[in-house]
Amino acid sequence: MTAAGLTMVEAIDLALARAMAEDPTVVVLGEDVGKDGGVFRATDGLLARFGPQRVFDTPISEALIGGLPVGLAAMGFRPVVEIQFMGFIYPVIDQLVNHAARLRNRTRGRLSCPMVLRAPYGGGIHAPEHHSESMEAIFAHVPGIRVAIPSSPAKAYGLLLAAIRDPDPVVFLEPKRVYRAVREPVSDDGRALPLDRAFVLRQGGDLTLVSWGAMLVETLAAAEALAEEGVEAEVIDLATLKYFDADTVLGSVARTGRCVIVHEAPLTAGFGAEIAARLAGEGLMHLLAPVERVAGWDTVMPLPKLESRYMPSAERIVAAARRALEYR
Amino acid sequence: MQIEPTQVVARFEICRSGFIAADGKVGAELPAFARERATLVALYRSMVLTRAFDAKAVALQRTGRLGTYASSLGQEAVAVGLAHPMTPEDVLLPSFREHGSQLMRGVSMKELFLYWGGDERGNDFAGPRRDFPVCIPIGSHAPHAAGVALALKLRGEGGAAVAVFGDGATSKGDVYEAMNLAGAWQLPLVFVVNDNQWAISVPRAAQTAAETLAQKAIAAGFEGLQVDGNDVVAVAHAVGEALRKARSGGGPTLVEALTYRLADHTTVDDASRYRDDAEVAGHWKEEPVARLRAHLVAEHGWTKDEEEALIEACAAEVEAGSEAYLAQPPEPPEAIFDHLHAELPTALAGQRSRMLEEAAR
Ligand SMILES: Cc1ncc(C[n+]2csc(CCOP(=O)(O)OP(=O)(O)O)c2C)c(N)n1
Repeated sequence: MTAAGLTMVEAIDLALARAMAEDPTVVVLGEDVGKDGGVFRATDGLLARFGPQRVFDTPISEALIGGLPVGLAAMGFRPVVEIQFMGFIYPVIDQLVNHAARLRNRTRGRLSCPMVLRAPYGGGIHAPEHHSESMEAIFAHVPGIRVAIPSSPAKAYGLLLAAIRDPDPVVFLEPKRVYRAVREPVSDDGRALPLDRAFVLRQGGDLTLVSWGAMLVETLAAAEALAEEGVEAEVIDLATLKYFDADTVLGSVARTGRCVIVHEAPLTAGFGAEIAARLAGEGLMHLLAPVERVAGWDTVMPLPKLESRYMPSAERIVAAARRALEYR
Repeated sequence: MQIEPTQVVARFEICRSGFIAADGKVGAELPAFARERATLVALYRSMVLTRAFDAKAVALQRTGRLGTYASSLGQEAVAVGLAHPMTPEDVLLPSFREHGSQLMRGVSMKELFLYWGGDERGNDFAGPRRDFPVCIPIGSHAPHAAGVALALKLRGEGGAAVAVFGDGATSKGDVYEAMNLAGAWQLPLVFVVNDNQWAISVPRAAQTAAETLAQKAIAAGFEGLQVDGNDVVAVAHAVGEALRKARSGGGPTLVEALTYRLADHTTVDDASRYRDDAEVAGHWKEEPVARLRAHLVAEHGWTKDEEEALIEACAAEVEAGSEAYLAQPPEPPEAIFDHLHAELPTALAGQRSRMLEEAAR
């Protein structure tokens, strides 16, 4: 929009305003999304601009916030709902799994559920208990929904427009550590970025680093550190986890032979396991080293004092890359 | 509706009680405990201490030494009043604004600071071992309270569970589900709605069309009442009566305490975005600490010297608590593995050693 650039929160707000302006069926609802503009301000100004018929402050009723849009969507609306923090999304899962995700299949296409479920997620901002988890794999496991995670303001703008225009439910997870950490130019041209497509952020032939969301900060820093040692890492932003762009990942690993997957979610059954399994199943002949995963520990996300000990660091990524590079 | 009634099958009314008015004057005959100077002074002390703790917590947060904190400014009478009639056999399941209740239950100030400072050890209360830690998700502890109350009932223990949550929490299905069960099973459970009028930016009236939150109990089949939540006597009296009823097998009660959040929602909130200064200023005239002080001065000869000594003693207690907190060495990082299960699973043992190796490097 402006040359100075936007933060991710501003880009999300802009995409919501754009989508609402171009499509009168798009409505926004959630806790404090109205006058307060959302606790992170991602819906700032929408109530003033589009009025109370399209922006709804709901009671604190997460099960309701998950179920109400199913009815709205089946009746032809495109609800975009905000869950204030991902830690409070679990009561919504019942509605998501049992209703939103299967409405189309169950009615053989008679009804559908084009809703978007937005939630800030992830650690690193010293938030209270239940505010910092990164449980994207739970959603990636559910048949019938997509899971998209932007890593930058421009990605947030383009992917959110795609999510809203998508004819099926999309879980849109926003790495809140990135919310205000960076600015980048975002042109409000209404152009969506493709879902189910990964983005190559940096090219290199020695090894492949795969990540998404806020962890790309550390991943790119690790690539930088490796470059100083003469190692050229390719960095892939997965962006959509479900359905993830295996071709881009497999193609890259076919050239590099080595892969390190980075996520802040717990290691076990994290989405990295899915990527590693795909590499083992479909890219084994290209692999020169075991696939490395750098992830959060399999523990409860600690309160802020120990948060930094939980999150993968650039050093851990570099160490994993070195292990992968040791195989000759 | 255009339906001709043939008979009335249900009726209900909701009553409100209050004893000490905003100016400190007594408007209704005081319950016996509230005629004793020593009891009133003890309640007053707890409220003053809570307010001092609150101010320190906010100051520590502003200087980067505490995490996000939810102030209880103006709501001291609810926290103190509900804890006053509780016994060690009872179990408290607080929301995040009941610092005063926790202090009265025996949670140390150091523990409270630790928790809000981001250290899980703050939840390992040395004092009330069965009390629950603060519940951050709204209203999701109401079902836990039903479980606690069921356990108390099954084991024939005398105590009762006390679940505290805000007005916003009454919109949650969890809360109603817990109330429904408590009514059906006649559980020894007291629900206290800390009705401070706001749920972050959403006013009480936008939360529900119900005239009172107390009447939500009616649908679950038990009594709901309102009290003046800025009158510590009214809160203590109502919760005390509800506890007596619960302990003697009379089932649950819902007490809606009408008060007001004078502070921002938390230290990361800016309430001026969504509410008028004039509204807040009006509520300062109702606040509970000045009210009880006025009553003590008028009826019990509370002196300036006593007031000064109390303020000083509370300040010293808060200072000591905060110093103990700040002097606490950090928990070893491997603690994040050590309390996850009773025994460390083999799968985690490897990760634990890897973390330690990395820490050693
Ligand atoms: C299940 C859940 N949803 C959303 C939140 C975010 N949140 C924290 S406090 C709050 C408002 C709570 O209002 P109320 O119950 O009236 O209690 P108060 O803060 O006024 O004491 C919200 C929406 C949360 N903590 N838990």
